[in-house]
Amino acid sequence: MNAERDSPLPSPPFVSLSRLFFAFMQIGISGFGSTVVYAHRVVVEDWRWMSNEEFLDLWSVCQMLPGPNVVNWSVAAGSRLRGGPGAVVAVLGLVIAPVCIALALGVLYARYGEVPAVHAALRGIAAAGAGLLIATAVKMAQTPRVYSWMAGFSVLAFVSVGVLRWSLVLALAALIPLSIAGAWWRAQRVRA
Amino acid sequence: MDSAVLLALSLNFMMISLLSVGGGGATIPEMHRNAVDVHGWMSGAQFAELYALAQAAPGPTTTMFASLIGWKAAGPWGALVAVSSILAPSCLLTYFGNRTWDRYRETRWREIVQAGLVPVTVGLMFAAAWLVTSGAVHGWPTLAIAALSAAAMIMTRWNPLWMIAAGAVAGLLGWV
Repeated sequence: MNAERDSPLPSPPFVSLSRLFFAFMQIGISGFGSTVVYAHRVVVEDWRWMSNEEFLDLWSVCQMLPGPNVVNWSVAAGSRLRGGPGAVVAVLGLVIAPVCIALALGVLYARYGEVPAVHAALRGIAAAGAGLLIATAVKMAQTPRVYSWMAGFSVLAFVSVGVLRWSLVLALAALIPLSIAGAWWRAQRVRA
Repeated sequence: MDSAVLLALSLNFMMISLLSVGGGGATIPEMHRNAVDVHGWMSGAQFAELYALAQAAPGPTTTMFASLIGWKAAGPWGALVAVSSILAPSCLLTYFGNRTWDRYRETRWREIVQAGLVPVTVGLMFAAAWLVTSGAVHGWPTLAIAALSAAAMIMTRWNPLWMIAAGAVAGLLGWV
């Protein structure tokens, strides 16, 4: 997991477009609430198409662009693995099944309305989904890039957005310049 | 008439696509303004119902929500137009943004920028986990479900859908 620091972008493994499509379909269809859980599981842990470090690199950049993070990440990951066609196939795979499910739910909901059992099941699903998100955060934290005082920026991001409920734009505008300055200062020190 | 609605859907969602920086939740007020106040495609109550459905469906919530709003406003074509309009601008931006970014992969400043971004990303993941957990956990039973599913996800290679299914069963049994 900690290897490959010298070459942050090793050439990606060959992945067929159909396999890419179905892997992203699996991510989309599984992602109740937080698709990042399944994105990490399928691409990093199951298929090993990229390391945790590469995943974090892509996710970090995508997070700063507009649009849902997982959709942006699919564009970036599909493009990394198979170029332009890979990006298109990854996004289509990601959204096709969930859109069909959402519309089917809309039709069912219009017909059957309020059923208490449905709400009880949704509460259980929400709690289980929260646990999965905690686990994924713990796994993503296992990168050498936070094994230093740089972890202080993780804490600041957590407190500002999670506890103080700052808007993300504000928090990123405040933290990113500081964290990049910190990384630069640290790189100078390591070199010296 | 119908094509006017499709055009309005398309323009609205393309705008929202470019506005949705950092999680789509921040664009929901804008969607509400368009769908309820400006165009009257639905009532405020219907808007809230559709959002709950979008959360119940898998996949990115804002994209699912866009498909339901489009459907409500103009049927299947509305859904198609809304989804492609909310996806296309941000996807194109990401595609070309990443291509440009990759061109500088060997440079030292890129490495430094990434080294600065990653710790913030990790912190934001914990913030997301915290916010979702505080919304989903009310009392011991839901806390136990969240803790067990986190432990299973960290310590086993089980498919996460089993944890979701177990949560649904616990709900149906009336434990939560």
